[in-house]
Amino acid sequence: MAHFEKAHSLEEWLDQRLAIKTLRRVLAEEYWIPKNINFLWAMGMVLAFTFGILVVSGIFLLMYYQPNVDLAFDSVNYTIMQEVEFGWLWRHMHAVAASVVFLIIYIHMFTGIYYGSYKKGRELIWISGMLLFVSFSAEAFSGYMLPWGQMSYWAGMVITNLFSLGSLELNGLVEWIRGDYVPGQAFLTRFFMLHVFLLPLVIMALIGLHFGTLRIPHVNNQDGEEIDFDEEAKKYLAGKTKEAKVIRFANDFLSKDMFVVSIFLIFYFYLVFWHFDFAMDPINFDPADGLKTPPHIYPEWYFLWSYEILRPFPKDPGLVAFGFAQVIFFLLPFLDKSPNVAPASRRGIFAVWFWVLLLDMIVLTVMGKLPPQGIYSTIGLVAAVVFIALWILLPFITKKEKAV
Amino acid sequence: MADSSRRDFMGKVFGGWAALGGLGALYAAKKTWDPLPSVKAAGFTKVDLSAAEPNVLNVEKWRGKPIFILKKTPEMVAKQSEEETARDVVVGKDHFLVCIGLCTHLGCIPAYRPDRHDFKCACHGGEFDVSGINTLPPPPSPMVIPPFKIEGTTIVLGEEGPEYKKMKEAGVIA
Repeated sequence: MAHFEKAHSLEEWLDQRLAIKTLRRVLAEEYWIPKNINFLWAMGMVLAFTFGILVVSGIFLLMYYQPNVDLAFDSVNYTIMQEVEFGWLWRHMHAVAASVVFLIIYIHMFTGIYYGSYKKGRELIWISGMLLFVSFSAEAFSGYMLPWGQMSYWAGMVITNLFSLGSLELNGLVEWIRGDYVPGQAFLTRFFMLHVFLLPLVIMALIGLHFGTLRIPHVNNQDGEEIDFDEEAKKYLAGKTKEAKVIRFANDFLSKDMFVVSIFLIFYFYLVFWHFDFAMDPINFDPADGLKTPPHIYPEWYFLWSYEILRPFPKDPGLVAFGFAQVIFFLLPFLDKSPNVAPASRRGIFAVWFWVLLLDMIVLTVMGKLPPQGIYSTIGLVAAVVFIALWILLPFITKKEKAV
Repeated sequence: MADSSRRDFMGKVFGGWAALGGLGALYAAKKTWDPLPSVKAAGFTKVDLSAAEPNVLNVEKWRGKPIFILKKTPEMVAKQSEEETARDVVVGKDHFLVCIGLCTHLGCIPAYRPDRHDFKCACHGGEFDVSGINTLPPPPSPMVIPPFKIEGTTIVLGEEGPEYKKMKEAGVIA
């Protein structure tokens, strides 16, 4: 057994048993962050914070929610909203955070693409981040089912139908996933379990992995400069803090992180108190009805772009295009053949590629919300083709790129 | 040497045993997700067709899904192609459309337009004719005819009667 001495403080007592000083040093004080990074690098902390809000508000909602097809709708729209004191607050916080978290994820993703933060050495940061995106998507979708309104029911119907895989007609698989011929009790309880237990657990594990992937390659910086972190850390520890290109994560960079988080929270609570309805679909305030389809079925805004890639094509090609859109971002580190780690603005034609992709996804989002008729269908089709073409072009564009 | 090979052997035996247990657990998990017996048992619905009005769409519920039952007028029947007539459920002299009222694209419910004798799915714009055959994409196939059995003027949904089997043999039902 290790040697223990009489401790003179709680910290010392814990340190002898838990090595908390070493932990603090490794995780916070001597975790080095480059100096030249802007507010966009604080989005990770904003996301961690928002996830915390989702967990806490979710726990409060869970205390009155009833995962039963006959009771779910009223337990949300009557009990939580009308009877439970401050129930409305938790619900609006949960709904707004669920929507806003995707806005921040997209900003986080596009920051990574713009600055090349997925390049050699940082592939796992990108891939674990994309896994997080996928699990957040599943978490959002399963949560959307729980109020058991019309959109919940029909979104559940449409999305589970995708698993029949078009002309393969795997209806047995769809019924197995639902546990019923249509979304019913088995379906609701299943998605309830996924939403409140399994997926949050997966997300927490992936957040741990995502942080872990950062530890060795370290975070990228605004200029894509390759920093010798050991060398710079030595300078910092020797007291030459001005000369060093790095600072401590805690509490130095963390203070900037928390500043951005607090600005974000002003925006977030403004939405929670005054514009909570943007995160709520009016159709979902009708109870689920298996015999009546809403005139337009569309997902929440953050899924619209991939939904619009599915929509303009016939059934099977649509599914293939949809599948393509889901997985292609994972391959970004391998499709970008350029050796440059630099902001898009210095990478020539890649900058065009970046902005066209961003604009195209905004166009897809807008078209996904509009009814699929006339000119909207045509614009949607063109935007979907452009999306696919951009990804096919990427290796060719980046292969020709000159070193900067 | 002897020692390590003995350990290898034990490792393999343990691995095999664990794999067997794992397969058993997977089988149990698969079965747990299957529809419950009560869900399957509720899968039969009886509908009396004698009161049906021509060109008025009746929507019944079977296995949670909407079932379209539409009595066709003699004019509608006269205008039909052979392919369309093959899909009719005939009770006495009356021709009926009987199908699961879900668009075969992504499962929304198309609306009946009595003046145009067709179905329109508002979600993605698909259209079906009065026999449930897809006439405008994206739906890739006709609306599905559920298993049925005719008992006098009553139709039993969920059971395969001789008329249904005949349709199946004729290739009307995939």
